[in-house]
This record gives sequence, structure tokens and C-alpha cells, in this order.
Amino acid sequence: MGIETAGIHKSFNGHVALDDVSVVVPEGSLTAILGPSGGGKSTLLRVIAGLEEPDEGQVLINGRDVTRDPAQDREIGFVFQHYAAFKHMTVRDNVGFGLRIRKRSKAEIRSRVDELLGLVQLETYADRYPAQLSGGQRQRMALARALAIEPRVLLLDEPFGALDARVRQELRAWLKRLQADVGVTTIFVTHDQEEAMDLADQIVLVNDGRVEQAGTPHDLYEKPENDFVMRFIGLVTTLDGRLVRPHDVQLLPVPGAASDEAVVERVSRLGFEVRVELTRASGEKVVAQLSRAEERELELREGDIVHVRGVDSASVLAA
Amino acid sequence: MVDRSLQGGTGAFWRAVSAPEAVASLKLTFAVSLIVALINAVTGTLIAWVLVRDEFPGKRFVNALIDLPFAMPTVVAGLTLLALYGPKGPVGIDVAYTRVAIGLALLFVTLPFVVRAVQPVLMELDREMEEAARSLGASALTTFRRVVLPSLRPAVVAGAGLAFARALGEFGSIVLISGNLPYKTEVASVFIFGRIETGDVTAAAAVSVVLLAASVLLLAALSRLGRPRWVDDGR
Amino acid sequence: MAARRSLRFAALGYLGLLLAAPVGMVFYRAFEHGLGRFFHALTTPGAEHALYLTLLVTAIAVPANAAFGIGTALLLARRRFRGQGVLDRMIDLPFAISPIVVGLALVLVYGQDGWLGSTFAGAGIQIIFSTPGIVLATIFVSLPFVVREVLPVLREIGDEQEQAAATLGASRWQAFWRITLPAIRPAVIYGVVLSTARALGEFGAVSVVSGRLEGETETLTLYVQNRFDGFDLTAAYATAVLLAVLGIGVLVALTVLSRRRSQHGY
Repeated sequence: MGIETAGIHKSFNGHVALDDVSVVVPEGSLTAILGPSGGGKSTLLRVIAGLEEPDEGQVLINGRDVTRDPAQDREIGFVFQHYAAFKHMTVRDNVGFGLRIRKRSKAEIRSRVDELLGLVQLETYADRYPAQLSGGQRQRMALARALAIEPRVLLLDEPFGALDARVRQELRAWLKRLQADVGVTTIFVTHDQEEAMDLADQIVLVNDGRVEQAGTPHDLYEKPENDFVMRFIGLVTTLDGRLVRPHDVQLLPVPGAASDEAVVERVSRLGFEVRVELTRASGEKVVAQLSRAEERELELREGDIVHVRGVDSASVLAA
Repeated sequence: MVDRSLQGGTGAFWRAVSAPEAVASLKLTFAVSLIVALINAVTGTLIAWVLVRDEFPGKRFVNALIDLPFAMPTVVAGLTLLALYGPKGPVGIDVAYTRVAIGLALLFVTLPFVVRAVQPVLMELDREMEEAARSLGASALTTFRRVVLPSLRPAVVAGAGLAFARALGEFGSIVLISGNLPYKTEVASVFIFGRIETGDVTAAAAVSVVLLAASVLLLAALSRLGRPRWVDDGR
Repeated sequence: MAARRSLRFAALGYLGLLLAAPVGMVFYRAFEHGLGRFFHALTTPGAEHALYLTLLVTAIAVPANAAFGIGTALLLARRRFRGQGVLDRMIDLPFAISPIVVGLALVLVYGQDGWLGSTFAGAGIQIIFSTPGIVLATIFVSLPFVVREVLPVLREIGDEQEQAAATLGASRWQAFWRITLPAIRPAVIYGVVLSTARALGEFGAVSVVSGRLEGETETLTLYVQNRFDGFDLTAAYATAVLLAVLGIGVLVALTVLSRRRSQHGY
């Protein structure tokens, strides 16, 4: 159950957007499709929604093959990146649109819309037009509109992309709670790895039209399958010719087991975190990430000689 | 469609097009249209500038007035000019049945083209660019010539091109005021009309083809001209 | 400051001499013999028939243009097909072609010896020198107005709202009526007003195809010329004023519409 795509291919005018993409999204989960822009993640979401038809492959929603069904028959809720608000309709009419298409009774539409407006905290804005709402409010209206038809799955395309940082944080937490309450299988597209790590039960990392890795945020961070995944999620540096996380680089004031000398080139103190750039005798550049307390003990200054090594538990990848 | 009627052979076509009266009417049409387009380029830019950058009472009314030539039937436009600048006009200027009258009629009907092409560009124009030029020591005139005008040029050319195309084919406003004297004040459209009336369809069609070709070429050139290179149209 | 004032003076002076004064003069001429003469000139059988015919032609041509214009704009904005670029570029052609040439082309195609004219004549339908011809000519010359207004709006709003409607269960037809049409309505109205003005005032093309049979195929603009040529200047001026008033009415409508449009933001 949930959503499944099998062997999806899609190209536009010879440009391959999706190349053999197979993804399984468990029922009730909150899944992120993550990746750099232009990598095909929005196309994948639109294929699932039926807004694009794949050249090859299948889309299954709750076990049913919907590959050839038009979007209107898929019972999905889709939230567009720029909300696609119906400008000439009030908030109330926007939210009730899907129900009117389904010819529900006036009374039923009214009560359902009221309920949803309560859910997205827009009760007092029911009679406004989209142009009179802030970005965050428009976003919530779009979400209520998508949820009104009780979709089998909820699809969100860069849902927080057009919002400023503070609103984005708020809405993120709110969406997480909402999804847990409603329990609908949800996929959202994002290019922001922090957003994906924070929200998702499962991340599908898409790059260049292919799935690089799919798994829990923990898996992708701790057990990256290739250097793209490792580099895309979290910081990396090289140590002994291998990729490691900067927080897995240890700095010692005196030589230790398997340590090596390095010169401190630059120290940037970013509040709690301190980043240290070093050059080893071999010429290798290394970045170490320390806490403020650790750094204070070492009293690092540019030009100092320290001793570096990787911590034992480091996740490491051949560069 | 019109080619169809040229089945008298290309010889007949050339004979018809190169008949002295046809040539005279075409020459007159292109010459007057060109002059009118050039005048429009200047006056249209001036009017657009005044409407965008100047403030005066009744500006909105004047702005609405610009479209009057588009909203009013061409015959009425012709009659209107005749009422003021004709034989019984109150100002003592009588240009009726002269080439000046043709130019006047064409200026009337083509007035909105350049104004309406330039106006939006002028509104969008970044004032900071002009202020930057002034801060670098340019005079008002130099600023206009070196900074404003290059930005307006595509719009002026497009507007003047449309005015030219319109002038080439104009009929209604001219027919009353020009007197339609062959070799003197007979423009191409009036010539065609006369030939249709007398049943000389070959001559009418031949001159029509010349006008039609000019329109199509002009339209293609204007759409190719499009935007200048420095405009990023996001395509 | 002085420079600015002289530019203003030049611009307004030009407009005054070219536009305002002549139009004012026609009004003066039409009413100089009093209101009675003015109305008398407009209520002769010839004038009344011309008005009737003009309104009839407009009533047919404008809705036809609106339907065609919306359809073509949708085709150009929402579909990809061969020859799209050519159609896009040539959509303005009726504006660039001389109305006389349009008239001649129609005569050649639909006249008694034309390709289609002979077919219609066989069916007992006369097009040229009759009302259908006038309607055709009017449709042709005002064809691009609705397309030109609607097409940029369709491109501007994009198809996201239509896609959203589809994900909410709307069919293409429902999406058109409930989403697309309300969004383009101001542009459609604007285009319709413009094509109404052109339809009421078309002269050259109608002049060629109508045959100008007094009391039969004579529209208002033709009637103006007829009266002028017949030295019945009062009637010519009165009819011209009627047409000018209609034109000014269109102008007022356009001003109001465009102000409302800029307020709504589409």
C-alpha cells in the first residue's frame, strides 16, 4: 500500500528528467524527495500526481495502477510551489472547490470547509481573496484546499520554498503535527536537506534523474551509499584521502595514536560551533568542526601546530 | 487568395503594377506613409514622455483621448478633419484635396501606435539609471540621448513600424479628404477601390498583392525585431 | 522646468490641433442648425436602415470573434503544434492588411466567380453585395482583437491554476468554465469592446463587398460617405457624430475597464 513507482522514465525534448526511478512510499509516512534543483524531483512528484505522463514505468497508489489515469481521477491532494490559488475566488470558495466539483450538498461543503479552515487557522479569513493573504496564509489555504477532498495521498511541491525563514520554521512544525493527525500518506519535494532531515520519516535523494539513495534520515547521514549522498547531506572534509564529517575530525594538543601534524590556517567561530581549517604536512586541507568548549581548551590560533586524527566511529567513504 | 486572380499570367501582373497610374499611387502611398511614420516616431515619443513624466490637470483625460482614433470610424476621422481643415473650415486653412490632407488623415489614424508602444516602456524604465547618468555629469539632454533613448528605441521602431503598416493600407479617412486625383492625391487603396468599381480586377489585385506583400514583410520584420539583446525575456 | 512646460505645450498643442479641434468641429457642424435638424437627419428611412444593418452585423460578428478569439488564444497558449509559430506571428495580419485588400480578397473568393462564391450561389446564397459578405468582412478585420487581449493574460497566469483544478477533480471543461474563463474575463471584455468599435466603424472592407445599395447593404459608415457625396452635409455630420459618440462610448468603457483591470491585477 502507499505509493509506488516502478521504472519511471521521462524525458523532455531529448533531455532525460527521470531515468528508471523506482520508489516505495509506505502508507501513512511523510516522505521527502530531496535533491539539487533540476535533478528531476518535481517531475517525479508530477508524474505521481498525473500532471505529467511518464514515457515508461508505472505508478501505483494504494496498490492500484494509476499510470494512465488523468490527475482528476487520482484522488490526490496537490499543493503547488506557488500555491496556484484561484485568484477570483474567496478563501472559502478555494477550499470548497473540489467538493463543489464533486457535487456535495451546500450544507456539507459549508461544514467541511469550516472544519478545514479551523484546521489551518484561517477561520477569520474565509471571505478574503488570495491577494489579501500573506504567503504563509496562502500556503495554508492551498493545503486546506488539497485536504478538503480527503485525498488518498498528499503531494507538496517545495511547500516552503517561497516563504521567509521564520515562517518556514513555523509551518514546518505545524505541517508535521497536521500530517500526524490526519495520517495521510504525504510526499514533499525540497532542495533543503535540513528541512528533509527535520520533517521526513523517509528521504528519497534524487539527482540527475536517478535515485541516489532512499532511507531514513539517519541512514542517509550515517550510511551514505556514495559520495554524492554524503556531500549533499551534511558537511564533509577529506582526511587521509577519504571523506569524513568535520565533526569526526579530532584535534589534539599533543601527538596521539595515529595522529598527524597540521597547521591551523583559519579559525571561524560561529557561535556554538567552531570551524577550523588546517593544512597537513602532506599538503592535504582538512576542516574540523568543534564545539566552543573543545576549542576553548585548545586555545587555537592561526599558525599553531596541532595533531589531527579521525574518531573511531566516523562514517567514512573513499573519496 | 489574391494570387488566384493573377492567373492572367505574370506578364499581365507586371503590366498592371507598372502602369503609370498604379506606380504613381504606390509611390505616393509609400512616401507619405514613411513621412507619417517618422513624424509619429517624434511626436509619439514626445506625447508618451509628457504623459508619463509630466503632471498636469486633466492628464488622465488626455491619456484616454489618445485612443480616440482607434475607437472612431475612419470615415468619421476623415470627415472630422475636413470639417476643420476643409474648404468651409473656420480657421481659413484649406488643405482638402492635397497631399498634405493625406498626411494629416494618416497622422490622425496612426497617432496611438507609437504613444502606446513607448508609454509602458517609459513607465518601466529605471529612474535610477537616469539619476546615475546625471550623477556622472551628463546633462538632461545627454541623459535623454544616451540613456533613455536607447532603451526606448525598440518600442519607437515597433510603434512606427505598425503606424507605417497601417498608413500603407488606410482608406476610410483618406477617401473623403484627398479628392482622389490620379497621379496627384490618389493613394494605393483608393486606386484599388476605383479599379474594383470599374471591374478592372487584375489591376486591383496586382496592386493589392504589392500592399499585401509589404504588410506581411513588415509584420515578419517587426516580430523578428522583437526585443534588443540586453533584454532577458526568460526564454 | 521651462523645458518641461514647453514639451507639455508642444504635446498638448499637437493633440489639440490633430484630435480635439476637428472632433469638436464635427459636433459643432452637426448641431449648428439645432437639435431638431440633427434628429431629423438620423430618422430618415436610409439612416434608420443603415443603423439597423450596422447593429445586426455587429451583433453577429462580435460574438463570433469572441468565440474564435478565446479558442485561438487557448490553442496558442496551452498546446504545442506544428505551425504554431507561424500562426502566432500571423495573427495580427488582419490589422496590417489594407481593408480594401481584405474586401477584394473576399470578393475574389466569395464573389459570383470565386471558388466558394459559385458553390454558395448554387445553393441560392448570395454573399457578396449582401449581408453575409458584410458580416464576413467585419469578422475578418476585427479578428485579432480578442486573441491579442486574451493571449498574454493566458500566458501570464500560466496553467498552474488549471492543473490545481484537475488535481481537485475538475474535468477540462469544468476547469475552463470555473477557472480559466473567470481569470480571462476582463481581457475578453476588453477585446470584445475593441472589436465592437471596429465592427461599428468598419468602412473600407465593407465598402468593397457590400455594393453600397442604399437602404439594403448600406451600413452607417457607408451612409456617411453617401450623404457627403450627395452634398447632404447635415446628415453626413449627424451620422458621423452618432458614430463618434459610439466611439467615445467605447473609449470610456475601455478606460473604466483598464482601470478596473489594473486594480484586480489581471
